[in-house]
Amino acid sequence: MTLLSVRDLSLSVGPAPILSEVSFDMAEGEVFGLVGESGSGKSMTALALMGLLPGNARVTGAARFGAIDLLAQGEGAMTRLRGRDIGMIFQEPMTALNPMKTIGDQVAETLLIHRAASRGAAREAAREKLDRVGLPGDRFPLSLYPHELSGGQRQRVAIAMAIALRPKLLIADEPTTALDVTTQAQILDLLGGLVRHEGLALMLITHDLAVVAGMAERLAVMQRGRIVEAGGTEALFRAPSQDYTRRLLAASGHRPARAARTAGQHSAPLLHVEDAVREYILPRPSALAPHPRLRAVDGVSFSIGAGESLGLVGESGCGKSTLTRAILGLDPLQGGSIRLGGSTVAVGRIMPAALRARMQAVFQDPYGSFNPRHSVGRLVSEPFHLTGRPPDADDRIAAALEEVGLAAADRHRYIHEFSGGQRQRIAIARALIIRPDLIVLDEAVSALDVRVRAQVLDLLARLQESHGMAYLFISHDLSVVRALTDRVLVMQSGRIVEAGPTERVFASPDHPYTRRLIAATPTIPAAWKEAAHAD
Amino acid sequence: MRLSLHLGLALTLAALLAAGVSLLWTPYDPAALSIAEKLRPPSAAHWLGTDHFGRDIAAMLMAGARTSIAVALVAVGIGMGFGVPLGLLAAARHGGTVDEVVMRGNDLIFAFPSLVIAILITAVFGPSALNAILAIGIFNIPVFARVARGGALSIWTLDFIRAAEVAGKGAARISAEHILPNIANLLIVQGTIQFSLGILAEAGLSYVGLGAQPPTPSWGRMLAEAQTMVTLAPHVAIFPGLAIVLTVFGLNLLGDGLRDRLDPRLRARP
Repeated sequence: MTLLSVRDLSLSVGPAPILSEVSFDMAEGEVFGLVGESGSGKSMTALALMGLLPGNARVTGAARFGAIDLLAQGEGAMTRLRGRDIGMIFQEPMTALNPMKTIGDQVAETLLIHRAASRGAAREAAREKLDRVGLPGDRFPLSLYPHELSGGQRQRVAIAMAIALRPKLLIADEPTTALDVTTQAQILDLLGGLVRHEGLALMLITHDLAVVAGMAERLAVMQRGRIVEAGGTEALFRAPSQDYTRRLLAASGHRPARAARTAGQHSAPLLHVEDAVREYILPRPSALAPHPRLRAVDGVSFSIGAGESLGLVGESGCGKSTLTRAILGLDPLQGGSIRLGGSTVAVGRIMPAALRARMQAVFQDPYGSFNPRHSVGRLVSEPFHLTGRPPDADDRIAAALEEVGLAAADRHRYIHEFSGGQRQRIAIARALIIRPDLIVLDEAVSALDVRVRAQVLDLLARLQESHGMAYLFISHDLSVVRALTDRVLVMQSGRIVEAGPTERVFASPDHPYTRRLIAATPTIPAAWKEAAHAD
Repeated sequence: MRLSLHLGLALTLAALLAAGVSLLWTPYDPAALSIAEKLRPPSAAHWLGTDHFGRDIAAMLMAGARTSIAVALVAVGIGMGFGVPLGLLAAARHGGTVDEVVMRGNDLIFAFPSLVIAILITAVFGPSALNAILAIGIFNIPVFARVARGGALSIWTLDFIRAAEVAGKGAARISAEHILPNIANLLIVQGTIQFSLGILAEAGLSYVGLGAQPPTPSWGRMLAEAQTMVTLAPHVAIFPGLAIVLTVFGLNLLGDGLRDRLDPRLRARP
């Protein structure tokens, strides 16, 4: 039976059209995927249904939810509806909860607002819901605050809040995008279980085709505010009828063409990390107790050969960022050594500029990676600080921009004029301009949409081909690491638990943790894809 | 939001204009006494009337604006000149001893009520506009240090700072090249607010006789001299009072308006 029927939903904010004629249906108790790249309008669709649009938004069309039209309701009616009939969870579990209230109060609040449940009864119900989402009472009492929980646990609390009143529809907007793969798998499991056992319908909004493939029965693909294609998940994956869907599918498993490289072990290693230890001193638990220590990096050893591409995978908190900072000479080690081409990497001015100039880095956040007040030309030429500004600096800036697929004239523009993918290209140009021997890529493509990600991966593979520098590719995304590296290290709690040629590690992982990571990574079934490629 | 910015800008410009024009021209000599003309109400000859010595109030207000603005401006300059580098230094050495020393030093200055210390300083070194400037300026230092440190700490976490570190730049260079331009908004807004507080503080010190000394005209002293005659000739007190209120009001509106305009947190990401 139809639960939600959206017809010709159009939306504009100010003069800008956001959605045009979006129509779809959802049945009771089904999982419906809404897929698209950033800016395609999938989140705005959800906000329109919830009546949470900005004040200057104009909506036309209809969204029938049972007997009522969601788009025609006043704010008062929507307030009663939200939480009771439609629940919603958001991407960022770090900010979706109120840091000043206990988790028990936050879950109970939903009940107290909508029903005249007594305080005691609401707390009992809150306990029950938290148990249901996998936060049992003995380990997660109601009196905990959000900062005492991990990201995945917070997302569970957000889900408990959303399902507290047994809504008929749950809208999940990128619920697992901010989470690690294993946590993502658990949250998706939980959501799937809720759909099966509690009979609620789930609208799963995501940019990740692999997540939808494993969850949704039906899906709609959005592009620039329109639904370009909709249908049963498997049929749509096997035989996409629209060009856009086909390109999206091709990009999601994209692997750049790379020549197989010799592992480079026989030549002298470029970077050699030996027994690296980095400890943090934590605050004293009580006034007289000694400071506890956290070993973020615990006896890590590896090396990278010249021109080699090495992957480093692990979940957040495993120590990979700390290790990266130490390799780049930004943080000191407490033990062990890092040598680059035979010279020791040190922190600050002790490290000679010429040594520092042999490695550069590309960071994750395309928005935070650039000083918004400098022109692109100045941003890209920043590493010249290490080598001294060469006489042909202008030509080299132009060449670096052209090499990453931008125009030489772009040097006069400012960073806010560029999209996320273009910004990562500029970051690569900045790393490339002094021709380092090693580029550290710290989650360099994690924030990008699938198609843009595929293009940037191609670019990285091509640049390595032509310049022969080594990559240290750090990511939590196994498919990306698999696409670009020769060898891979798997890191868990500060230690390297498995190392080996990428294909070998992915095909037959030895360590249970590696196996768990690979099993948790959502994938599009191979059979579906073959059909799509044959098309 | 827009209105407050424009109104604030208009009031501030009016005060600056009055001070600027007074360098070249005032309707009368603000120091010229004319007992025969004392306590005249506003008229065509004396726009805002005269005080108990027969001095022209409009001329005194214009010249007084110069004193107020000069004192407040230099005090803000002292605060920014010392406070911002200290704040940037503390942020660059976040969590270290230097940070701790700078911030606890700030707390120490904050711990004293500012006007009382200003009175102490002027009482020890003698009342003058210069000592008023120093006294007000010293209390601006911790304000700017805190604002600069707070703003800088949030910029230090961004990846473009990592990129600059990877490019081998030291903390001083990063602070000057990358941090300062990105916290300039905050500092400008804080500057206008401290400027208005400086004008108030100067008026307060002059009111108790510790600021600018006669014959240098000062809004605060005009107010102090007029208070015994409020029932007799209210305009003598009202106009300097109004000048202080409108200028401070204007600067606060300007500060708020600039904050709304410049604060990236209130602006949508492009």
